[in-house]
Amino acid sequence: MNDVVVNKVRKGFYLDSVALMRLSRKIAEKEGIREAALMMGTPQNREIMTNAGLLEEAGRAAEGGDLVIAIRAITRETAETALIESESYLDQPMAAGGEGVAWRPRTLRAAVKSMPEANLVLISVPGDFAIAEARKAIRRGLHTMIFSDNVPLEEEAALKREARELGCLVMGPDCGTAIINGTPLAFANSVPRGEIGIVGASGTGTQEVTCLIAQYGGGISQAIGVGGRDLKSEVGGISTLMALDALEADPKTKQVVLISKPPPTEVASRVLERIAACRKPVIICFIGSGELTMPTNAVQVYTLKDAARKSLGLSLDGIENPDSVRIGQARRACVHGLFSGGTLCAEAQVIFRAAGEIVRSNSPVPGASPVNHSGEGHLLLDLGDDQYTLGKPHPMIDPTVRDEMLINSVNDITVGIILVDLVIGYGAHEDPAGHFAKILKANANNDQPIILASVTGTDRDPQNRTDQIAKLKSAGVLVAPTNADAANWAITAIQSRRGEVH
Amino acid sequence: MKIIEDANREALKRMLSGDPVLVDVIPASAAIPELKQRMILHAGPPIGWDRLCGPMRGAVTGIAVFEGWAPDLEAAENLAADGAFELHPNHHFDAVGPMTGLTTISQPVMVIENRTFGNRAYCAINEGLGKVLRFGGNDEEVLDRLRWLRDVLGPAMGKALRSGDGIPLKSLIARGLTMGDEMHQRNVACSGLTLRALAPALATTTTSDDGLPEILAFVGGNDQFFLNIAMAMGKAIMDPVRDIDGSTLVTAMSRNGTDFGIRVSGTGDTWFTAPVEMPEGLYFPGFTESDANPDMGDSTIVETIGLGGFAMGAAPAVAGFVGAGAASGAAVFTRTMGEITFGENPEWTIPALDYLGVPTGIDIRLVVETGLAPTINTGIAHKEPGVGQVGAGVVRAPMSCFEQALRGFAERIGVS
Repeated sequence: MNDVVVNKVRKGFYLDSVALMRLSRKIAEKEGIREAALMMGTPQNREIMTNAGLLEEAGRAAEGGDLVIAIRAITRETAETALIESESYLDQPMAAGGEGVAWRPRTLRAAVKSMPEANLVLISVPGDFAIAEARKAIRRGLHTMIFSDNVPLEEEAALKREARELGCLVMGPDCGTAIINGTPLAFANSVPRGEIGIVGASGTGTQEVTCLIAQYGGGISQAIGVGGRDLKSEVGGISTLMALDALEADPKTKQVVLISKPPPTEVASRVLERIAACRKPVIICFIGSGELTMPTNAVQVYTLKDAARKSLGLSLDGIENPDSVRIGQARRACVHGLFSGGTLCAEAQVIFRAAGEIVRSNSPVPGASPVNHSGEGHLLLDLGDDQYTLGKPHPMIDPTVRDEMLINSVNDITVGIILVDLVIGYGAHEDPAGHFAKILKANANNDQPIILASVTGTDRDPQNRTDQIAKLKSAGVLVAPTNADAANWAITAIQSRRGEVH
Repeated sequence: MKIIEDANREALKRMLSGDPVLVDVIPASAAIPELKQRMILHAGPPIGWDRLCGPMRGAVTGIAVFEGWAPDLEAAENLAADGAFELHPNHHFDAVGPMTGLTTISQPVMVIENRTFGNRAYCAINEGLGKVLRFGGNDEEVLDRLRWLRDVLGPAMGKALRSGDGIPLKSLIARGLTMGDEMHQRNVACSGLTLRALAPALATTTTSDDGLPEILAFVGGNDQFFLNIAMAMGKAIMDPVRDIDGSTLVTAMSRNGTDFGIRVSGTGDTWFTAPVEMPEGLYFPGFTESDANPDMGDSTIVETIGLGGFAMGAAPAVAGFVGAGAASGAAVFTRTMGEITFGENPEWTIPALDYLGVPTGIDIRLVVETGLAPTINTGIAHKEPGVGQVGAGVVRAPMSCFEQALRGFAERIGVS
């Protein structure tokens, strides 16, 4: 207990008391230091230092305008070292060019105050709070995109009715994708601007169509998401109808594309009635729906790819079959589809059904069976479905969700083809192809199934579609130009395999 | 909704139109006629001796000796335990006090008059730093200083103020904000400006025999001299905002070292209370957080009018008390408080924030909705009686006060 006290007085040196207190704490925390103080030498401060056993003769002589450095340590050497260190802090108080701490608004109210010209808000909060936040937004006259899900259907309907009264568009809840005035929102891709306006009740469906339009040389005026349940009877397509109004009024939009699951009859007829009154041509893709009677200005298509081609006036028979997609001899002709995009899974099912193939799925389109249905058939799974994502991120964000099933399918002798989608763009994983390739290489099998993939995205996306395709190819994956093509390739392979066996 | 908006607009209008002027220093007995012997006004919401924290007990026994109600501290403590002293909140008598904040019959109080509404508010004179009654100090040095304030500084300041038209505070605060004060932990500029305004009159009305040199040295050497003026000003500004039906704005925040209490314009005189929290801060050498008493004092009236933690951007160094302590983070405190206030004060602006007005009018709805409790800059007292200040820091008001207040408000306007 023979502590050593060292004092140093710097005459006429002033530093803010809080800065000095922080510095004191820093020095006091050092190994071997009992107590440390850097204080201006006012009488009160000298008393505090005296009580803390920190003052010797030098410090006692200090005055109010002097800075006292007072250190009590276990050895003289420790004290002297700390003294030198204290002085070096004083002489170089701050590294230049600090980042600074920036303020970000914590509430809608403050955000609006700091950006009064904004008229659109994106809400991504737990579902329990989404409607309350959205109400605040529409009551301020803001259009609203609600990324959140788990909102009760009746609350969605009530919100949309109120928004309609206020003249505000509600995109969502569970709206994953939109491109407004060229800005991709949530899960969306970087596509050129152009003349095609999209109304999408499906996020990945909108992504695939906008990316294919870009791939075919076209561009997007607006892509308005409405949420997956907008066309349910309870909601009655409120946002879809408002989005159609908006695109009809938008001078930059020449062609409208509507993408949705098949709506109930009464909602479908209301939407078709509105489309019949529209002054612009409309392409309708109710994915999984049978043929409907179309107004004269509308064309029905059955796949996302056809929606994109038709919107640009391209022919619909453009399947480029690869030279040889041959299933290994030891394999049977069953397809496992492991999709991260729900609508991409639906599109594949539609194509399989149209080719007469039996399909099972966890979200079956009309004509497909539920997954628990025993028996034959290909298995096309939407891995973004709640049963797979409970407590986990969506497979577009975290591709590891697909890993285990991929490995199982690779090792499953009944599986001849594995069909996958990779969705890139804003919000998606930074390198899904790299991850996929890594998993495949680590689980390579002598006689493994054919792996067929498509990449939804563009070369302007952060992940770069061309790079992603190259990574897949290097892992032995066959990459089709579209999700629909991948499905068609798979069908060609399994049907020719049946031919071989028969 | 409309009723609440209108009521809050009226409340904010009253806050912003207040015209507080330091007009006098008079004995508490003259300012508050209800004050009598053995009656002690304290900081915070109502509380009894048995629940008083250490520094508050130290101050109570000290003031009892000072007032001559007890011969010594021990006797004073026994009397207090026997219920010999009547305890009431300052707030119930137009007064406020920092930390322990005791106001008793013979102390001098500064008088702030709100000339727009004609009401007055009172606060004792700041004792300076170190071991002082407001931090629970109670030895002879502390009591001698109180006697000097009573016998020398108080009367002299009163005489000087009465010789003129008083010192208008609204513009003085505006200048202080541009000079680096936030009026809770930083009062260097405003203390200097006050002394500058006071000095000519003091020189005329007080002679060297009456202690003029000591007065000038005392005020000039006390960086926190202005705090008590800012607090009485806050009280004078907020009292006319009380009892506006339908208003959700906070009219007082205050703590007694045990409980934190708030009052809301639309809920009358009800205190909504919760246990006080422990500040995050820095300590003087020889002390650590384990020595600290939790949050205390009426000084949160300063935050209630948009200063202190709400004006942190004006005094960037104060942000150093918390976390990483970047001075650039001070602006974040002010802007964040803007998320819970009904408006800003166009006359009290912060140059470094592009002349943003200080966030003004704490709305309990916004506090509850955002989960952002008011930020308070504060001193930290030792938890034992008789020691004094051990540090300073930043603390949050307890969220529960605001939740209770919102429920109380909802009941009152008939929303369940």
